Amino acid sequence: MRITSKLLAATAIVAASSASATELEVMHWWTSGGEAAAVSEFAKAFDATGNTWVDAAIAGGENARAVMVSRLTGGDPMGAFQFNHGRQAEELIESGLLRDITDIAEAEGWLDLVNPSSLLEACTVEGRVYCAPVNIHSWQWLWVSHDAFAEAGLPVPSNWAEFAAGADKLAAAGKIPLAMGQQGWQQSGAFNVMMASLLPSEIFTSVYGDKDTDVAASADVATVFAAAAEAREMAAKSTVQNWNDATNLVITGQAGGQIMGDWAQGEFAVAGSVAGEDYSCLPGLGTNPRLSTGGDAFYFPVLDDADQAAAQAELAALLLKPATQVSFNLAKGSLPVRGDIDLSAANDCMQKGLGLLADGALLPDVNMLATPDTVNQINTLFTEFFADASISAADAQAQFVEIIADAE
Amino acid sequence: MATERPNQLFRNMNAKVAAIPMIVTALFVFVGGTAWTIVYSFTKSGLLPRMKWIGLDQYERLWGTKKWLIAIENLVIYGLCMLTLMFVIGFILAALIDQKIRFENTVRTVILYPYAMSFVVTGLVWQWILNPEFGVQSIVRDFGWEGFTFDPLYSPDIAIFGVLIAGLWQGSGLVMVLMLAGLRGIDQEVWKAARIDGIPTWKTYIYIVIPMMRPVFITTLVLVVTGIVKVFDLIVAQTGGGPGIATEVPAKYVYDMMFRNNNLGQGFAASTMMLLTVSLVVIPWAILEFGGSKRRG
Repeated sequence: MRITSKLLAATAIVAASSASATELEVMHWWTSGGEAAAVSEFAKAFDATGNTWVDAAIAGGENARAVMVSRLTGGDPMGAFQFNHGRQAEELIESGLLRDITDIAEAEGWLDLVNPSSLLEACTVEGRVYCAPVNIHSWQWLWVSHDAFAEAGLPVPSNWAEFAAGADKLAAAGKIPLAMGQQGWQQSGAFNVMMASLLPSEIFTSVYGDKDTDVAASADVATVFAAAAEAREMAAKSTVQNWNDATNLVITGQAGGQIMGDWAQGEFAVAGSVAGEDYSCLPGLGTNPRLSTGGDAFYFPVLDDADQAAAQAELAALLLKPATQVSFNLAKGSLPVRGDIDLSAANDCMQKGLGLLADGALLPDVNMLATPDTVNQINTLFTEFFADASISAADAQAQFVEIIADAE
Repeated sequence: MATERPNQLFRNMNAKVAAIPMIVTALFVFVGGTAWTIVYSFTKSGLLPRMKWIGLDQYERLWGTKKWLIAIENLVIYGLCMLTLMFVIGFILAALIDQKIRFENTVRTVILYPYAMSFVVTGLVWQWILNPEFGVQSIVRDFGWEGFTFDPLYSPDIAIFGVLIAGLWQGSGLVMVLMLAGLRGIDQEVWKAARIDGIPTWKTYIYIVIPMMRPVFITTLVLVVTGIVKVFDLIVAQTGGGPGIATEVPAKYVYDMMFRNNNLGQGFAASTMMLLTVSLVVIPWAILEFGGSKRRG
């Protein structure tokens, strides 16, 4: 099986220039305005090679993943599909359903190009590459509304401590100090951001990476739980559900700020807000500027059809070409996976991100370190914690330690 | 003729052939699927089913998980309240309608109507009605009672009762119609005899009519109980399990584990526990109900 697919891939590269038009079905869950615009950049570039991109978009990551997995396991594989790289695809790789694209990665020199290299490592299982990373999304941002702080008579904060200190005045001015959607992934996301930003990186990696329960139970981590309890109080009046509704509270100045990933950038852009004038973005909560490098990647199922396999190889190589990277990431608001391209068109916040990327102030994403099972257990814990003010920070930490102890 | 008496196996050939699809479905899909699920609940299956035996680990984790314990507690509260209230409300409504009232058809339709709605619609409608900003609470406050507070879906302690109200509204009509059919099936002679003996109406209902309606009660019980155990869409539409995890139910736990956590083994273990609970109720009852029929018949 392996040998055939390698042979196919090898012929594919040789034949790449003379490939005939082949239809390749590509599945993804990029359905919002900005996302659809971004994915159409890929489609255009792929069609330009003489092949045809057959778009199969399914709204909602959970639905999409369920459909993709059932098609793969049911023996009806698509041409290529988007996943968050990390441990989501681990089992699909182990059961031999996904194509080994190491040869393409080597031919294109991804090993030297992809920055940070952890992105390619997340695609690698036992020394073989199985996916093509296309962008970097980071979680560690605090979005602050200038209007809200001006109305409360406060200067715009430059870090989490100043932000939290202004909470009472914001509340007195009729603002919601912290906007937060009532969904588990947002609540646990905010906690993970605090964990990454308020403490040294080693603690983050030993809790999520090494699953060290002693560290998880330590007094250092307890300070993060105390900060989360504080955030819970600040977000008590934020009853919205969706992350973009919460972002909207910040845009309209009804809330002081929001902890959310760089995808919130798109909402500010659509509303016509200007970074630095209407809002500020503080990477690493302003305390400890560091970014986690999650993101999206494309995987390629093992296919029997030689033409299709050749088209897969072309697509894989194309996704990381400089031109595609620039057009795609500018539309998506995410950072490119290679450091050697010009992104001067990016705005202030994106430039800050690029700067951190260049400095190597990076962390692995929780999705790369923990299985979906563990991630969702943590989500459940924080849904509960943020909904019920009677749960103390110490109780929550005890439950957190248990989850980490069960994690693998 | 080779044989004078045809083989037992080939008697009523048409009926047997017609039953084959159902038999095959029952055996392979239901029994086979159930057995497969139970076997894989002892494995470490993640995104895909994998035959990696780990014994009772999944069950240990299940019973150590707060979300599951809350789900079970909610099911018990919801189930007991739903069962009692549905029967009481359904029977009282049926008895009232049975008093030969005018516009019976209209009243019956109005009360049965919610049953025609899916749980998703029911859940959304009641989510809005119980929303403090524009539902019952704000209407009562607009009448001048400023201090009035009624927001069950926003208090973790009582959120499950907010779901219960919606469930009752949706399901009581069906119970009423079944009960009404049962009441109509009671011979009028029984009522006449009771009246001649001077038995008060309420005593006639409790000691004579209800015992005579036993088959109707059994049917209704089975319908209501299965509806309770599998409750899922109402929760998803109305509360999404929230606030926090206050309105989680077992069926939702199974779904979450299988499709969000990519942990099939844990989902299978939870669904096996659900099956076990239902069997503990249904099997003794089925033996009592049908096991004796041969002797009686």
